[in-house]
Amino acid sequence: MGRTRTRTKGVGTTDAFERSGVSVELALDLLRDMLLYRRFEEKAEEAYAIGKIGGFCHLHIGQEGVAAGSIKPLRPADYVISAYRDHTQALAKGVAPGAVMAELYGRVGGTSGGKGGSMHMFDHEARFMGGHGIVGAQVPLATGIAWKIKYREEDNVVVCFMGDAAVNQGAFHEALNIAAIWDLPAVYVVENNQYGMGTAFHRVSLTDMVEKASPYGIPASVVNGQDVLATYAHFRELVEEVRDGGGPRFVDVQTYRFRGHSMSDPVSGTYRPKDEVERKSQEEDPIGLLRNHLFEGGWLDQAGLEAMDEEARRIADEAAEFADSAPAPGPEALYANVWAEINRHGRLNFDGRGESPWR
Amino acid sequence: MAVITYREALNAALREEMERDPDVFLMGEEVAEYDGAYKVSKGLLARFGPVRVVDAPISELGFAGLCVGASMAGLRPVVEFMTFNFAFLAIDQVINSAAKMLYMSDGQFPMPIVFRGPTGAALQLSAQHSVACETYYLHSPGVKVVTPATPADAKGLLKASIRDNDPVAFMEGELLYNFKGEVPDDDDFVIPLGVADLKREGSDVSIITHGKMVHVAMQAAAKLEKSGIQADVLDLRTLRPLDVDAILASVRKTNRAVYVEEGWSYVGVGAQIVATIQEEAFDDLDAPVLRVTQADAPMPYAKNLEMLAKPSADRVVEACRKVLYR
Repeated sequence: MGRTRTRTKGVGTTDAFERSGVSVELALDLLRDMLLYRRFEEKAEEAYAIGKIGGFCHLHIGQEGVAAGSIKPLRPADYVISAYRDHTQALAKGVAPGAVMAELYGRVGGTSGGKGGSMHMFDHEARFMGGHGIVGAQVPLATGIAWKIKYREEDNVVVCFMGDAAVNQGAFHEALNIAAIWDLPAVYVVENNQYGMGTAFHRVSLTDMVEKASPYGIPASVVNGQDVLATYAHFRELVEEVRDGGGPRFVDVQTYRFRGHSMSDPVSGTYRPKDEVERKSQEEDPIGLLRNHLFEGGWLDQAGLEAMDEEARRIADEAAEFADSAPAPGPEALYANVWAEINRHGRLNFDGRGESPWR
Repeated sequence: MAVITYREALNAALREEMERDPDVFLMGEEVAEYDGAYKVSKGLLARFGPVRVVDAPISELGFAGLCVGASMAGLRPVVEFMTFNFAFLAIDQVINSAAKMLYMSDGQFPMPIVFRGPTGAALQLSAQHSVACETYYLHSPGVKVVTPATPADAKGLLKASIRDNDPVAFMEGELLYNFKGEVPDDDDFVIPLGVADLKREGSDVSIITHGKMVHVAMQAAAKLEKSGIQADVLDLRTLRPLDVDAILASVRKTNRAVYVEEGWSYVGVGAQIVATIQEEAFDDLDAPVLRVTQADAPMPYAKNLEMLAKPSADRVVEACRKVLYR
């Protein structure tokens, strides 16, 4: 337990901008990023409502500060992996908005050619390692990516996002123990929006989130994800500690979801009161908080904000136009990439439809 | 050609492939300092060091998932399960992650990875250590399944599996590890996946099987020969890809077939083989295809009950007589 330490950053502070040591340019960049994520998710919401997007669609509205603040300090060669609420993390890691939106639409030009959907964004080049749909299953995968970094003696890190409910999965505990004993370069990030779908965290855990990694001797910290400057400053420091061989880290990023668990779920109701959502949206909007800081310091005015927002809307609109005009995958895509290697001998498919090119 | 054990053949395959490709590593419980629960990895730690021969904690889901992630990132892991019976804890990572990653990412992430270990029963290990696990992996597109019965097949097929670019469930047998046979010395002795092997040639009935049941089938064929019945014994060797041509050739020759497998009958491997035969060689059949399988109950401990539960040469003989109507 000697290595365990718990730190708290940014929670409840009002002077985070000053304290974080983030430059004005960077702060404006972070605002720009978050505005894009907000407008992008709103566009997805709109497209879902008119049936352009189907399936399960989990939005990041309210949680934009998490992706913006934690991914910004990474290098292009660092890895990011996530669960099924993955749109804005993909954008933050450099995946093109058009490709993310086209994937949501199930079209050619999507990150997975329309075969993954909302929960399965992948970009090999951007080192965005998915969108994974089984709660907690991405945590061992992240540990394996960190293992590869160590195996090849690289100086990259992997950042692994998960929701708060994932810490009750066995996969989480097994993977963190292994990362700790082998000193792997991974940052495990709980995007803690306080509810696993409709179940409040306190109903499924007697201990606090930040304690979840302590049995494994992994240093843990808490940061206010609605305060993007604090989040950025925290991850900037943490990622370099890990890159320098400091071993894994665990971060409880406290945030709040302004929408339902997915597009098919209610925003509030039996599991959280409407006024809680309203209060959080008004008082703890990561975009509003940073905007206020910038206004107060005189670094941004209303016209500047509007120009930024217009740009964000334009990018989101263009992504939707690109997605809408892209064709649906052809029937030949149904069997494409089931196998990386069609063996020369024998039969791989058994439904009588997907014959291999060898026969 | 040297005569070596099945275990030594697997060891040679691992050693040769690890020498050939620095991205290949072995991870599992007791594989390094203990030299392997069944000594398959004997001497590999000394040869390759602790980064490439890695003792994992007893966390099947954790280390299997780790290896799936490592494969995504470009390595070629070999995961050793002490038995596939313990891999039920890890099967989410095999089926939901490894088998689907290439498809979900539309080709961006090939998943070269081998999950290997014994499947099926040994002696009196009872219900939770005796399951023949092939079906669980065969059901899902995206996983190849390999079941060698002899030392030569073990070596040649493990090398092919490690070189394959898809996930492979490579299923061995605890009772096979001491089995001896001739194995070519050639460092490049690779048996391609998807090629069945006619272990014995006959014209009266086809006994089709895989894995350790090949030996039961051979015993049955020897017994049948005494009554003048000549059986083909076709060892499928790999179950996906499946050598359908070899199955059809044998059935077209004998017009009668029996499938022998260690696992349960319901939606078992034999069910797929029977479906394939009736779809593609219906007119060649002179009798229904029968299956000899494990009793449809969990494996009991008592020696006499275990013997009753497992497929035996006598039961194979009986099934062959039935399809021959004599």
